Amino acid sequence: MSALLKVDNLTMRFGGLLAVNNVALELHPGEIVSIIGPNGAGKTTVFNCLTGFYRPTSGEIHFNGEAIQGMKGHQIARKGIVRTFQHVRLFKDMTVIENLLVAQHRHLNNNFIAGLLKTPAFRRSEQDAMQRALSWLEKVGLAEFANRSAGNLAYGQQRRLEIARCMVTQPQILMLDEPAAGLNPKETDDLDNLIEDLRSKENVSVLLIEHDMKLVMGISDRIYVVNQGCPLANGKPAEIKDNPDVIKAYLGEF
Amino acid sequence: MSSSALKNALISSITFLILAGWMLGVRMEASSQGIQLSLASAKSLQWLYIGVAAVFFSQLFHQAIFGRFKKKPGDASSGFKLSFKLPTMESNPKGFRLMVSFVLAALIIWPFLVTRGSVDLATLALIYIMLGLGLNVVVGLAGLLDLGYVGFYAVGAYSYALLSEQGLGFWTCLPIAGGLAALFGLILGFPVLRLRGDYLAIVTLGFGEIIRLLLNNLTHLTGGPNGISGIAKPTFFGLEFNRKVKDGGWDTMHNFFGYDYSSTHKVIFLYLMAVLLVAITLFVINRLLRMPIGRAWEALREDEIACRSLGLNPTVIKLSAFTIGAGFAGFAGSFFAARQGFISPESFTFIESAIILAIVVLGGMGSQLGVVFAAIIMTVLPELAREFNEYRMLMFGLMMVFMMIWRPQGLLPMNRPHLELKEAS
Ligand SMILES: Nc1ncnc2c1ncn2[C@@H]1O[C@H](COP(=O)(O)OP(=O)(O)OP(=O)(O)O)[C@@H](O)[C@H]1O
Ligand SMILES: [Mg+2]
Repeated sequence: MSALLKVDNLTMRFGGLLAVNNVALELHPGEIVSIIGPNGAGKTTVFNCLTGFYRPTSGEIHFNGEAIQGMKGHQIARKGIVRTFQHVRLFKDMTVIENLLVAQHRHLNNNFIAGLLKTPAFRRSEQDAMQRALSWLEKVGLAEFANRSAGNLAYGQQRRLEIARCMVTQPQILMLDEPAAGLNPKETDDLDNLIEDLRSKENVSVLLIEHDMKLVMGISDRIYVVNQGCPLANGKPAEIKDNPDVIKAYLGEF
Repeated sequence: MSSSALKNALISSITFLILAGWMLGVRMEASSQGIQLSLASAKSLQWLYIGVAAVFFSQLFHQAIFGRFKKKPGDASSGFKLSFKLPTMESNPKGFRLMVSFVLAALIIWPFLVTRGSVDLATLALIYIMLGLGLNVVVGLAGLLDLGYVGFYAVGAYSYALLSEQGLGFWTCLPIAGGLAALFGLILGFPVLRLRGDYLAIVTLGFGEIIRLLLNNLTHLTGGPNGISGIAKPTFFGLEFNRKVKDGGWDTMHNFFGYDYSSTHKVIFLYLMAVLLVAITLFVINRLLRMPIGRAWEALREDEIACRSLGLNPTVIKLSAFTIGAGFAGFAGSFFAARQGFISPESFTFIESAIILAIVVLGGMGSQLGVVFAAIIMTVLPELAREFNEYRMLMFGLMMVFMMIWRPQGLLPMNRPHLELKEAS
């Protein structure tokens, strides 16, 4: 099976700091792959490089066989790689449903004249977007909050809305940066199920950064461990759990 | 009044005394030994003391005065609050249509009941409304601080002036002038919109000045500082409002319909045209707000990074706001040229940009009704207070300062139409 996303020799340097050093990783269709590592290991920086928010110092990133390193963030998103952020970035003053409509911007009828005159084609496109937004709200259990402003949702709900907002763009790869941070055990379980559902029912591949080991070990097909920017180990959850290097890196943190 | 306020007041006034003392308190005199310092004249010393006293007392009573303007905790919005809600297109379409037709009818009947001067002033206010609404798209909706907006206004005005010299009619020129201004917006916007905030403001300020300087110096085309005069007035399907045919029309209005000539009719006609243009502007902006692009502006203002992560191209979205805003300025400009019959670079100085921006800020960023109100206030007040003309800028500044303290969100803060999910669907 050919890789959906293939990263080789990814390096990101901030002045004297080598935040990401020669990282390689692969994501196959339908997989859930996690990146773990101590704080400051460079996980988020890897995400930022993959999604075009940083221009990697060197390295290759191939998505469906196409080199995408150096492309702009919005171009990469349009190709089908979307992400959430370590700190929730919703459009707080907009309603929940509007958040999901903005995300569908590029699928909508953006014809100026059509919008001005509210042509049938324009109405239909808005209606479809509304429908898709609603169906996603139902999937993440936020339908009753559709007309609330996003900033007023509870934290766990904001996290789920952020995932729904990614999903309405119909991505191939969903990248989640610490989605369980700040959630209670029940919410974490719901998140676990949601991610499983996304993979099995919506055909997205998931790249996950997470500190919650229970979640990571239970859900991941494979795990990459990075430490101080360098790849430390990778493999199946069971292999990672028993890897002495990994244990040392994590213990060294405390 | 606490002792800390007293201390604060003392320190402030002493600081003021030291700083201002250099300028007001001493005088330099050239004498045979070079330059000598001596105490300044009694008059400037008097001013110095007045200043010190003013600083002292204002600091002392600072709390008492400005405390009033501060929000009380728990009070969601300060100042007055509109206790009734105007019907909106979403909540009450019937009421909304009724309101719009009523307002339009009133606007159409009104000029026939009042003096010529009032109609003329109203036309001017309508031009500023159009400009305010256009800039509001850029500043209020897309969040881009544009200090060179008057440049596009100038492009529109000169486009009409130059095209009408070639014998084109007003209604042909209007879309061309708007389109040209929009094109200018597009071309200027493209390189500068990757800049943010203050940098963008400075660069746009520069562009506004460049356009004015070009107009001043391309003498063979624009007539330089002398401007262009004798610009043709708009016609009503080729019917002119002059006593005799002179603007290239095929007949005059009064001759064609067989009534007596009156110069007031021309003023009323221009006013009605301005009403029409403002109505179109309002309609277009209201549609834009409910279109994907309007939502994208809002989203971009809130979080550009999130927008990029979802595949929205920030440059294109900002550019669209910039271009549309410039287009409206172009329309306003060509109408302005047609109404005045004479334009020169004098009309397009930076202060004009500042006034339009003040209208947007005063009204409430993003709020259309607010902009309309503010534009009326900004044009009508100076007329009413004619005798204070010298103090116009002073009053203008004071008003802005007090607005920022008292109501930073503007007179009528924006109430964006939120898209609501209907219960039934
Ligand atoms: N824009 C930047 N400029 C300079 N240094 C940066 C930048 N972004 C990240 N870094 C540095 O790179 C290193 C890796 O940071 P990163 O945010 O990727 O860690 P992380 O693995 O996501 O950690 P955490 O688990 O705490 O989120 C840190 O030392 C951080 O200070
Ligand atoms: Mg991180």
